[in-house]
Amino acid sequence: MDAVIEQLPRLFDGFTKTLALLGIAGVGSLVFGTLIAGFRVSPIAPLRAFAAVFTELFRNIPLTLVLFGFANLGPYLGAGPNYFTLAATGLTLYTTPFIAEAIRSGINGIPVGQAEAARSIGLGFGQVLGHVILPQAARMVVPPIINVLIALTKNTSVAGGFFVIELFASSRGAINARGDAVIPILLAVAAFYLLVTVTLGIIASQVEKRVAVAR
Amino acid sequence: MTGTVLYDAPGPKAKRLARIVSVISVLVIVGVLAAVIVTLALPRTTATGQVLPGLFDISRWDVFNDLAVWRAIGNGVLGTLRMAGIAAVLAIVIGVLFSFARTASLAVIRVPSIVILEFFRGMPVLLMMLFILLVFSTGAYWAGVAALAIYNGALIGEILRAGIAALPRGQREGGLSIGLSPLATRFRIEFPQAARNMLPIIIAQLVVLLKDTALAYILGNTNDLLYQATKSLPNFFGNRYLYSFFFVALAIYLGLNLLLSWIARLVAKRTGPGGRIVKPRIPRRGVHVDVDTTRVPDAGLGGGAGTV
Repeated sequence: MDAVIEQLPRLFDGFTKTLALLGIAGVGSLVFGTLIAGFRVSPIAPLRAFAAVFTELFRNIPLTLVLFGFANLGPYLGAGPNYFTLAATGLTLYTTPFIAEAIRSGINGIPVGQAEAARSIGLGFGQVLGHVILPQAARMVVPPIINVLIALTKNTSVAGGFFVIELFASSRGAINARGDAVIPILLAVAAFYLLVTVTLGIIASQVEKRVAVAR
Repeated sequence: MTGTVLYDAPGPKAKRLARIVSVISVLVIVGVLAAVIVTLALPRTTATGQVLPGLFDISRWDVFNDLAVWRAIGNGVLGTLRMAGIAAVLAIVIGVLFSFARTASLAVIRVPSIVILEFFRGMPVLLMMLFILLVFSTGAYWAGVAALAIYNGALIGEILRAGIAALPRGQREGGLSIGLSPLATRFRIEFPQAARNMLPIIIAQLVVLLKDTALAYILGNTNDLLYQATKSLPNFFGNRYLYSFFFVALAIYLGLNLLLSWIARLVAKRTGPGGRIVKPRIPRRGVHVDVDTTRVPDAGLGGGAGTV
């Protein structure tokens, strides 16, 4: 226990990095995910194709390879050795398709009559989506999106393998410093992760209860 | 509801607009892609004034004429597949056990298993691997296999539980009424149906597992494709081939996962009459069907975690 207390500042530093990664990649993937979902249902064929290819591509590459690619090729593209930014970008790109798919399934869950009614009163594609479909889809997709964010929280640990000293990497540092207390330190780190994931899970179930629509 | 419901059949004006937007978006997409490719292809000057050839220069790719390279890559693929295979079998076994423990009628079994499940699902696989590696000194390979088996087992357990919960109540009642014990009802009536209904989701979870085998690389696993491509081969043939090996490994991972995803889709179409999908049933008066759809992972989000 004293080892955990002794290493707590280090773990806390890592935890802030993890939260920062979660925040940046979370917001980024929400923005891009909505955009990609919009592309996926848009009347413009090239945008649909782009969204479909992008989704299939990034969903099927292991995150380890995505972050390896960013950490090694990023400097090549003139990004400089700023591994935190590179990891945040990689996590955003990796998470975007999952958010997009969650939103798309929400759009697909809206009864057809809603879109038909919207079109019949003369709304265009942007208006149908923006005024009628997305506001209804939003409440249905909140729980799945929070699930994606929970997975993202756990995924930030992979960045620890690529020069970002977040919670996972700092736990390895703490273990190197206090090799006599491996189990307590790892349990403390698990508690940090659980703090975020369980909180998000509770929020998800609350939101789900509140916005549930009986159709 | 598909995209076509969202907009009217385009008239001449909308068609022209769509054509213009199409051209612009194609130009933008191709432009960005071309910019990335050209930047990667340009020779680069390092801080010491040394000029490195671009990533698509022939001097970075001629190594693939060597059969030994392909043999090493093949070994890497086999290592990855073996790791995923062992972990998958173990994960399914653990998942079945979890699903039974989780739905047991005895609270002594059910409550602890719920707590354990939540714990396993809430932390990164990578952390679990590190735990097993350091506490049990198994080596990175077996730490990876064990952590993947436990983590995905927990998720598969949840998937199966949701499958059992989604069955019509009459199935269980029918089993009990013909004199089967509760356990026999679960084994012989509920479980086979749940497993069949949930097969596509389980296969999708196995795609996650295959992707996650790459995580063991971070802890120093030497027995997979990523290690072969980014450590072993560049060490032997020279570091200038690192990116080429990496791109080939990327393509192979992508191919394997797309193949498995495609199989999952095929199975989804084949299982059950007319591709029956388990749908959450609206609870009726006095009949509470506990289908917690949010607990069923939507396939694929792997990496450090997989879905929740």
